[in-house]
Amino acid sequence: MDVIIENLPQYWDGFLRTLFLSVVSGIIALVFGTVLAAARVSPVAALRGFSMTYVEIVRNTPLTIAFFFAAVVLPRLGVTFQQFEVAAIIALSAYTSAFIAEAVRSGVNSVPVGQAEAARSIGMNFSQVLSLIILPQALRTVIPPLINILIALVKNSSVAGAFYVLELFGQGKQLANANGDAVMWVLVGVAFFYLLITIPLGYLASVVERKVAIAR
Amino acid sequence: MTTQVPGDALVSLKAVNKHYGQLHVLKDINLNVRKGEVVVVIGPSGSGKSTLCRAINRLETIDDGDIKIDGKELPAEGKELAKLRADVGMVFQSFNLFAHKTILENITLGPIKVKGVPKGEADKDAMALLERVGVGQQAPKLPAQLSGGQQQRVAIARALAMKPKVMLFDEPTSALDPEMINEVLDVMVQLAKEGMTMIVVTHEMGFARKAADRVVFMADGQIVEDATPEEFFNNPKSNRAKDFLSKLLTH
Repeated sequence: MDVIIENLPQYWDGFLRTLFLSVVSGIIALVFGTVLAAARVSPVAALRGFSMTYVEIVRNTPLTIAFFFAAVVLPRLGVTFQQFEVAAIIALSAYTSAFIAEAVRSGVNSVPVGQAEAARSIGMNFSQVLSLIILPQALRTVIPPLINILIALVKNSSVAGAFYVLELFGQGKQLANANGDAVMWVLVGVAFFYLLITIPLGYLASVVERKVAIAR
Repeated sequence: MTTQVPGDALVSLKAVNKHYGQLHVLKDINLNVRKGEVVVVIGPSGSGKSTLCRAINRLETIDDGDIKIDGKELPAEGKELAKLRADVGMVFQSFNLFAHKTILENITLGPIKVKGVPKGEADKDAMALLERVGVGQQAPKLPAQLSGGQQQRVAIARALAMKPKVMLFDEPTSALDPEMINEVLDVMVQLAKEGMTMIVVTHEMGFARKAADRVVFMADGQIVEDATPEEFFNNPKSNRAKDFLSKLLTH
């Protein structure tokens, strides 16, 4: 256990970087994922096609491929980064947004179709129907799967450790190498700091869920 | 069939056809509704009357033919369609009040977001409308806290708040308990008296007799009769209508 206490600064550093990756990628993925979901239900066939193709490809390929793409393929195409964090954020948000899009879309589908019809019949356009009527009501059903996706995102960010980003997992790897006699405790420390993010997130889910409940 | 001057029509349908796959739900529909006229559409289930009603503000698309509101062709999509829909009030069988908004917000949302009416003015107009349909007390509540009859009256007020040229009613009382039907019909009769142009799909023959200028009888996707209520109820011409009416009157 001493190994955790002795190396708290490294853990803390990794923890902050994991938190940073998760928050930034999470926000980008929430925005982009919602846009993808909106595209999926839009009246424009081309947008629907793009959204569906994107979601199907990204959702059905491993995260590691997204990372390789962002960290190796993009620089070869001339998109270079000063820091590997940027590549990690691109990979994580691109990957996570596909799942967010699916969750939001299922939430949109959970709202009775009459709500959209009523909104259209008083002259609202597509974006008003979606933002004023459908999405606020979809929120309630979307919160639990959304939080699951965000928890998965926090854990998925550990893949960045394999791409030169010293987040929690990357720090853990270094600490494990330096403390060959206490690998188990090093990993317990890593797990503990992940839980420090993911458990409150799960708790937040139940609080928000109760807050946005709508009687029907 | 009654003859009309087409130029006079507020709502006009010409040779409208629609299919659901194999099913031909609207067969060559021609219908003109003049300003201030109350047209009640009746007919057996599956006769296409709801589809007809929904086609008029393009909640249902049509295969061919054309539909004009106040002389303007119904636009296919986008801004133009939204603008036109604001002129056509719609009341649904299942009320469809916005479940996450209060009663007052349900009324003001359209005027504020679609027409750009300032909130204070929209609130004032909305309260007047709610009073008019008899649910002023309910303004701060959510739709789920109201009875079906109250919800439907709010839905009528919501449509009226847009100051529509014509109101469409798609079986407005079919989802209501019997004791609540009259409170909704009373509002509709009042509306008809005030000169609102209305197209009403309903099974309420009493309303048809009392408030309709014309009764349109549909069966199997066609308009079979188009007559005044007296003519239609006392002296139906087609066998289809006779059959339909005889089944109604036995109970």
